[in-house]
Amino acid sequence: MTETVNGTKVQRTSAGGDERPLLEIKDLQVGFTTQDGLVKAVDGINLTLYRGQSLAIVGESGSGKSTTAHAIINLLPGTGHISGGQILLDGQDLTKASKHDMEAIRGRKIGFVPQDPMSNLNPVWSIGFQVEEAIKANGIATGRKEVKKRAIEVLNQAGLADADRRLRQFPHQFSGGMRQRVLIGMGLAADPQLLIADEPTSALDVTVQRVILDHLESLTRELGTTLLFITHDLGLAAERAEQLVVMYKGKVVESGPSAEILQNPQHPYTQRLVAAAPSLASRRIQSSGSIAAAESSMQSDAGHAAGEAIDLIATAEARAEAMEAAATAPPAIIVENLTKVFKIRGSGEFTAVDEVSFEIPKGTTMALVGESGSGKSTVAKMLLKLEDATSGKIVVGGKDLASTSGRELFELRSRMQPVFQDPYGSLNPLRNIGNTISEPLSTHGYGTKATRRNRVFELLDQVSLPRTLISRYPNELSGGQRQRIAIARALALKPEIVVLDEAVSALDVLVQAQILRLLADLQSELGLTYLFITHDLAVVRVIADHVCVMQRGKIVEKATTDEVFDNPREQYTRDLLAAIPGAGIELGA
Amino acid sequence: MPSNTNTRPDQQHYVAPIEETPLVAIDSVKTDGKPSNLWIDAWHDVRKRPMFWISSALILLVIVVALAPGLFTQVPPNNDCQLANSNGGPAGGHPLGYTKQGCDIYSRIIHGTSTSLSVGIIVTVLVAVLGIVFGSFAGFYGGWIDAVLSRLGDIFFSIPYILAAVVIMSVFSQYASVWVISLAIGIFAWPATARVLRAEILRVKNADFVMAATALGVSRFRILLRHVLPNSIAPVIVITTISLASAIVAEATLSFLGVGLPSSTMSWGNDISAAQTDLRSAPQVLILPSIALSVTVLSFIMLGEVIRDALDPKARAER
Repeated sequence: MTETVNGTKVQRTSAGGDERPLLEIKDLQVGFTTQDGLVKAVDGINLTLYRGQSLAIVGESGSGKSTTAHAIINLLPGTGHISGGQILLDGQDLTKASKHDMEAIRGRKIGFVPQDPMSNLNPVWSIGFQVEEAIKANGIATGRKEVKKRAIEVLNQAGLADADRRLRQFPHQFSGGMRQRVLIGMGLAADPQLLIADEPTSALDVTVQRVILDHLESLTRELGTTLLFITHDLGLAAERAEQLVVMYKGKVVESGPSAEILQNPQHPYTQRLVAAAPSLASRRIQSSGSIAAAESSMQSDAGHAAGEAIDLIATAEARAEAMEAAATAPPAIIVENLTKVFKIRGSGEFTAVDEVSFEIPKGTTMALVGESGSGKSTVAKMLLKLEDATSGKIVVGGKDLASTSGRELFELRSRMQPVFQDPYGSLNPLRNIGNTISEPLSTHGYGTKATRRNRVFELLDQVSLPRTLISRYPNELSGGQRQRIAIARALALKPEIVVLDEAVSALDVLVQAQILRLLADLQSELGLTYLFITHDLAVVRVIADHVCVMQRGKIVEKATTDEVFDNPREQYTRDLLAAIPGAGIELGA
Repeated sequence: MPSNTNTRPDQQHYVAPIEETPLVAIDSVKTDGKPSNLWIDAWHDVRKRPMFWISSALILLVIVVALAPGLFTQVPPNNDCQLANSNGGPAGGHPLGYTKQGCDIYSRIIHGTSTSLSVGIIVTVLVAVLGIVFGSFAGFYGGWIDAVLSRLGDIFFSIPYILAAVVIMSVFSQYASVWVISLAIGIFAWPATARVLRAEILRVKNADFVMAATALGVSRFRILLRHVLPNSIAPVIVITTISLASAIVAEATLSFLGVGLPSSTMSWGNDISAAQTDLRSAPQVLILPSIALSVTVLSFIMLGEVIRDALDPKARAER
């Protein structure tokens, strides 16, 4: 095979001993210029990828994984620039390539699938226009008919049936999954040698994620495309890629074949990740038969070295022990035939929640699981009386929520508190932490100023934050710390029930594991009842006693966590379970 | 899982030395700096900008002049005029010369300051109060309250406030005073503020912290006052600072057009108006009060811009 690189003919051997890698990154450094000088986002990383392989870069936010991907195609945001090292694509150093050269490489040699399918398609142009634009820009086809033909081909290939009709549609007429298919199609339009996918499915529902990744996998195999993808989910990475690169604070801490790293993580950071990944913990519990068995198998394992606070299986075990007593407790919440109908201007009515019934025994956790649009958050809002139910009954502590108002409702609110998803939105940025945590106390006329202050100290201790935070503001805190403050605020009035609406979904895995442990500890300490709303079934395995699976406003399956995982009755539940990444991974121990 | 059969020799399991990649405590809390929020950060930012100090110093000077003109000049602005000095140049004790009526220009500028500033401040307070009340109620409560208040704003907005003020002042010319002219300007100038605030309120009122406060049982009005308004007020502060400048200009404009303050009241606008007939022969009589007007207006606009930059963290990061 002969190829032209930098104007010279290069002879390339087929797969063999001295085969040249398709992508080789040597000692890459990427810096961002800020007010405090140069900040290194990527600090001397090495990576080798051969033709036809798939490699995943795993790391938390801020680890430099996306920066690395953007450096390869030379699309660093803002003040970012490559300050050292080499990126060799088939022998050509991309760090030295001119703007013009890069334009030719992007699309034709390296395809890119961005993270957010919602914002990466221009809403004012039709899908067809945008796909055709990509095709024309890469010079794959000329002439209107040819371009259109190729566009249809590309979309068909990306798994969009009926592509010739869909070309005329606009992005808002496509679901998230379909938009991502379009973006994958555009990334692969010019048949590039390398496809970089930056968290291609993070914004999608789990079942859609699985379908898209399956498709991406078979497509790249068919076309022989080399795949580099970026993810925060270790389970997903190991399942989908042969090679793993684990990044931490701009450096590679561990790399090599996926299975080997997962079964025998050497670096303490990788060990932490393995212990904290919900998908892996859930798989491990599943394969061991019970939480206790999984825990004992982990004892000798590397995961244990990572520390108990982030070891999800240890969390599950601690919870399981505390829960045995609460198994037959009376219900703290009874929900009966709860229905919410939204009136939509022009198009009639939409039933967001349809005859939902469940009970949560006191001191236990019930998980309400569902994908976006399933109505799970609407249930939470009705429970908190942020939204009025259309019909049905919610009984909290023996009182029907619908008939309470004024004083009684005010009283009831103190017994049921929420923690929301977005750590950046759930605290008032202009009020200091002390005022935020004590707001419930002052609102409900609890104690004097001094006793309130003491209660704030007590709560900060409970959520393991230093007391000095009392005079600080939210913008100084990380997402996880803000979520702890939100939990402290929720606990201020000693409620019986806490509604956790995707409370850990926006956090990095290690922080998520910490918060899950905190929630478990608080539950056994204070006897709290949790309604845990999530889209992530893997987390449910660790934290919940009962599970309700919601689909399109209805509860399709309702059982204990063990039953749902061991013996799912509904196809939809089985799909959700299968979508937890890491199904095929053989775990160590 | 994909097979690992095609792992190449240079892709073997690599583990970074732990010394080179030390672990940091997960999510550790940093409290070494000073407490900071939007306003504290803005203050730190503003402090570093010379523009802020220059405009603040000028504004302070204008305020001092307005409050105590006697500190700056002993010459009476009205009583001591002698037609012999008409449009005369600088003379001893009269550094800027004389107006057409033979009055001391310097003294008239100093004594006119309080009029301009009073109109500016009264209009700004009026606009801010009306704008905040209408804007926040419309945005926060929505529904028919929003419909009524917003349409009301639209009606006032559809009439240029300077035109409205001209009409009002010509009708009520016999009552012309600092208060009446301020009212005439302010009554039509508030819808812009209300609109900006309403948009901000709509953005903030759906925040999770508002939901959290509702779930706590905090009353709607208190949520508005405590959580929503403080997070929406920043752009209002910026536009009111700048609107103070436009109010001063509006007063000058009305006085210039002859529908403003009575000519017996000392104001820069009146002086500029009186000087226009002799623009060719004695331009300094018109230019000098104009400079006073421009410098004052510019100071407020500069201050407004500095505050706007400081309150926008994105703009701050890009500088």
